[in-house]
Amino acid sequence: MTEAPSLSRGRAFRRAASTALSSRWSLVALLALLAVLTVVFGALEGISGSRLLGLTVRGVLLGGVLALGALGITLVFGVLKMANFAHGDYMTTGAYLGLVVMALLPAGAPVLGLGFGYEFVVALIVVMPLTGLVAYGLDRITFRRLRRRRAAPVMMAMAALGLAFGVRSIVYMVFGADFTFYYQGAARPVVELLPGLRVRTDQLFILGAAVVLIILVYLLLERTKIGKAMRAMADNADLARISGIATERVVFWTWLISGALAGAGGMLYGLDVQLRPEMGWWLLLPLFAAVILGSIGHVYGALFGALVMGIVWQVSSAFVNPAYGPAAAFVVMILALLVRPQGLMGGER
Amino acid sequence: MSLLTVEGAVSGYGEMQVLNGVSIRVDDGEIVSIVGPNGAGKSTVMKLVFGLLKPWEGSVVFDGQDISGLAPERVVRLGLCYVPQVDNVFPTLTVEENLEMGAYILDEPLKARKDRVFELFPRLAERRRQRAGKMSGGERQMVAMGRALMLDPKLLMLDEPSAGLAPLLVDMIFEKVADINAAGVAVLMVEQNAKRSLELAHRGYVLAGGKNQVEGPGSALLSDPEVARLYLGG
Amino acid sequence: MNDATFLARTVLLGVPLYLLLVVVLRGASAVVKHAVAVVAGLGVAALLVLVMPPGSLSYIVTFLLMGSVYAVITLGLNVQWGYTGLFNIGVAAFFAIGAFTSALFTTLEPTGAMAAFTQQAFGLGAPFWVGLLAAGLVAGLLALVVGSPTLRLRGDYLAIATIGISELVRLVFQNERWLANGPQPLRGLPQPLSCLTSSNGCSYLPDFINTFFAPLSPRDYPYVYVAIVALVLFLVYMGLERAIRSPWGRVLRAVREDEDSAAMSGKNVAAFRMQAFVVGAVIMGIGGSLYAHYVVAIDYGHFDPLYGTFLIWVMLMLGGSGNNRGAVLGALLVWAIWTGASFLVDAMRPTLASISPDLPQRGPYIRFFLIALLMLFIVLYRPRGVLPEEKVVSLARD
Repeated sequence: MTEAPSLSRGRAFRRAASTALSSRWSLVALLALLAVLTVVFGALEGISGSRLLGLTVRGVLLGGVLALGALGITLVFGVLKMANFAHGDYMTTGAYLGLVVMALLPAGAPVLGLGFGYEFVVALIVVMPLTGLVAYGLDRITFRRLRRRRAAPVMMAMAALGLAFGVRSIVYMVFGADFTFYYQGAARPVVELLPGLRVRTDQLFILGAAVVLIILVYLLLERTKIGKAMRAMADNADLARISGIATERVVFWTWLISGALAGAGGMLYGLDVQLRPEMGWWLLLPLFAAVILGSIGHVYGALFGALVMGIVWQVSSAFVNPAYGPAAAFVVMILALLVRPQGLMGGER
Repeated sequence: MSLLTVEGAVSGYGEMQVLNGVSIRVDDGEIVSIVGPNGAGKSTVMKLVFGLLKPWEGSVVFDGQDISGLAPERVVRLGLCYVPQVDNVFPTLTVEENLEMGAYILDEPLKARKDRVFELFPRLAERRRQRAGKMSGGERQMVAMGRALMLDPKLLMLDEPSAGLAPLLVDMIFEKVADINAAGVAVLMVEQNAKRSLELAHRGYVLAGGKNQVEGPGSALLSDPEVARLYLGG
Repeated sequence: MNDATFLARTVLLGVPLYLLLVVVLRGASAVVKHAVAVVAGLGVAALLVLVMPPGSLSYIVTFLLMGSVYAVITLGLNVQWGYTGLFNIGVAAFFAIGAFTSALFTTLEPTGAMAAFTQQAFGLGAPFWVGLLAAGLVAGLLALVVGSPTLRLRGDYLAIATIGISELVRLVFQNERWLANGPQPLRGLPQPLSCLTSSNGCSYLPDFINTFFAPLSPRDYPYVYVAIVALVLFLVYMGLERAIRSPWGRVLRAVREDEDSAAMSGKNVAAFRMQAFVVGAVIMGIGGSLYAHYVVAIDYGHFDPLYGTFLIWVMLMLGGSGNNRGAVLGALLVWAIWTGASFLVDAMRPTLASISPDLPQRGPYIRFFLIALLMLFIVLYRPRGVLPEEKVVSLARD
C-alpha cells in the first residue's frame, strides 16, 4: 500500500532534516552556539571580554592536562573496549609517586624562571613508566582475567571501580587525607602574555609538556609498528589475531602508554593546582565528558573534547561558582549527546 | 604428502555442532574449492583450520605439523594465511598500513613484499595512502587478500572472496586468485558462487549438513547434473 | 534490668528479627514461615536482651538498623540494575537527595541566634512519615528529570551520566549554603516515636502502649527506630516481590534479557526503563530518609561515592543481583563485613602504630581498601554472588 505523495514527501523531509541534524557539523554548530551565548551573556552580565579571553586561555592550558588523561582513557577503550573508571585514580597515583620521587632527590634551585626545580622534571620522567607499569600490573591481575572469561561490561566496570577505590585508599593510608603541594609556598613566577592576560610560567611549561607528550603519542601511533598494531586492534581485534599480531604485547603497550600519560597528567595537574587523594576521581567526570564528546575510542576526538571541556570548565567560572566547572563540562556533554549520541568522530549509527 | 589434511573434523560453536566429520585435503600448488548450501559448515571448516575454533574430534595437519587447535597467531607463522569473509580489513588504517599489519610477525623491511602485492593489485598502488574503510567493496577485498599475501604463505584460505561483489569484480577476483596460484601459492576457498569457483579449482568438495557429500576434480563436479541439482541450486 | 524493660526491648528487637526472618526464610507455606519467624524472632530477641552485655546489645541493634537501611537502598538498586539492567553508578545522588529532602520537610527553619549558623531553603516541621514520603517523591522526580536525556544512552555512557548526576548533586549540596547548610551539617532531625522512650510517652498513642514502653529510656531509642526501619524494609520488599511477579515485572525482565525482542512485541521499552529507574530511585530516597533520621545530623560527607554508591553495589553483587532476597542478604552481609572491619582495624591499632604513627587514625581508609578488595574478589571469583538468581515464577494470568 503506497502512501499519499504529500505524506511520503513530509517523511523524506523529516528524515533528511534528522540526518542533517545528527551530522558532525551539527555538533560543531552546537558548540559554536554555546560560545556565542557565552559571549552574549557575558556582555549582559558585565563580564569583560578580556576576562573571558583570559579564562579561555586558562581553559586551553587545562585542556592540555585533560588531554593527557583523555588520551589514556580513549586508547584503552579503543584497544580493549573498556571504560576504565580507575583512570582518574591512576593520575592520582602518578601525582603522589612524583611526590615520593621528589622527596628522594636533593632539592634543587628553581629552573630558569619556572616555579619548580630539576627534581620535578626528573620525577616526571621516572613516574611515567612507573605508573604505566602499575596500570599494566593491575590489568594483569584483574581485567585480563575478566577478558579471558568474556565477562560482562558491568563486571569490568565494577572491577575498575574497585581498583579506583582501592588505589585511592592506599593513597589515603600512606599520605593522609589532607591536600598538599609539590612546592609549599614557593614563588610562582608569572608572565604577561598580552596586556591584562597573565599566566604562570609553570602553566606554560605544563601546556608545553602536554603538547610534547601528545606529539610523541601521535608519532607512536602513526609511525611505529606497535602504534599501528594498537590502531589495528582497536579497529578489529579478531583480524589482528588473524594477521598474527601479538595482541598481548599490544595490550601491554596500551596500558604502559595510558598509565604513563595518566602519571604525567596527574603530576602536571598537581603542579598547577594541588595534590589530594580525590584529585583523580574529581577529574573523572570532565575527562569522560571530553572523551565522550570526541567519541570514545577516537584519539583526535579525545584531544578536541579535552580542549573544549577545559575551556568550558574555566569559562563557566565567570558565571557560576568555580566549583561547578566539572559540572558545566558534564552538562555540555549531555547536550552534545542529545544532538549526536555517538559523539563527534563516531560513525553513522 | 599433502600440504593440508583435515581428517574427520567434528566441531561447532558453543553447544551447537556444525561439522559432523569433515575431511579435506589440499596439495601443494592446488586450488581447492569448497561449495555447498548455506549452513553446510563451509566457513566453519576454515575457522577450524586457522585455529579460530577448536576441533572436538579429528585432526588438522599442515605441512607435516599437527595444528589442531593451535592459536591463529601461531598458525600464521607456519605459512598459512586466512582472509575472512566480512570485516577483513582495518578500516581506519591506510592500504599500506593494512599490508604492513599482514607482515607483523616479520622484523625486516617490507618494501619488496609490498611492491609484489602492488604488482598484483595495481589499483591498490594508486591508493596506498587511502583509508581502507573508505574503499569500495572490490578494492577492500583486494586489500584483504593483499594483507594475507604479505607473508608469502604456502596456503591461502579465502572465505567467500566474491561475496557481495558486482559480476565484473567477481571476474577480477577470480583472475587474481588464478594469478596468485600461478605464483605457486595453494588456495583453499569457500564459495557461494559454486560455478565460477569450480571452474577455477583443481579439485572441489561439496559439503552439506556438516559432512562431505561429493569430492572430485572441479570440472567433474561442475558437469555433474546430480551435484548441480542437489547442492548447487541447479 | 528489670522484667518490664526486658519485655519492652524484646518486643522491639523481635520485630526486625521476625521481619528479617520472613524475608530470608525459604520454602514452606506462608503460615509456617510466619510462625517459625515469630517464634524464632522473639526467642532470639529475648535471648540477646537477656544474655548480651549492654554495649554489645546496643551494637547489635545498631547493626540491624543500619544494615536494614542499606538493605532498602540495595533493593532500590536491584530494581534498576538487577531487574532492568540500568547501570546506575550515581546511587549516592538519590540516597542523598532523599535524606536532605526528609530533613528539610521535617525540621523547622532556624530563627534568632541559630539562624546565623544554619541555613536551609525551607523547613516545614512535618512529621517523619511526611518526610519519608517526600524523600521518595523528590528522589523519583530527580530520576524522572535525569532519566529523560540519559536513559536512552548506551551502557557505559549511561554509567558516566549517572556519575555526573551524582557529582552534580554533590556539588550543589556542598556549595549552596542556602539550600541545606552545605557544607556544614544540617542538624536536629526529629526522631519518629522518640516520645515512646521519653517519660511522658506519646500523646497520640493509647495509654497501654505508653505504659508498656515506659521502662525504656531515651538511650533505648534505637530499639524503637530499628523496628520502624525494619517495617519499612519489609513493606518495600513485599511490594517489590509482588511487583516482580506481575506483568509489569515480566516486561522488565524481558527488557533486560533482550531489549530488541521486547520492543518488537510492542512494549514501549523506553517507558518501562524509565519506570524502573524512577521506582528504584524512590526506594533509594526512602532509604535516605531512614538514614537521615537515624544519624540526626547530615552533611554530604555521608554520601561520598564510597559509602553512597560503591558500598551498595558491593552489597548487591555479593548478594546476587536480580534477586530481592539476595539484595537484603547482601546488604546485611556487607554491612557486617564493614563494621567487622572496623573492629579488626581497631584491634590492629598497636601493629598499625608500629608501622607508622599516622596509621591508626587512618583506620577508615583501611576499611575502604578492604571493601575495594572485596569487590575485586566478588568480580573475579564470585560474580554471581552468594545467592544466584532464582527462577521467578510469575503469578498466573496474562
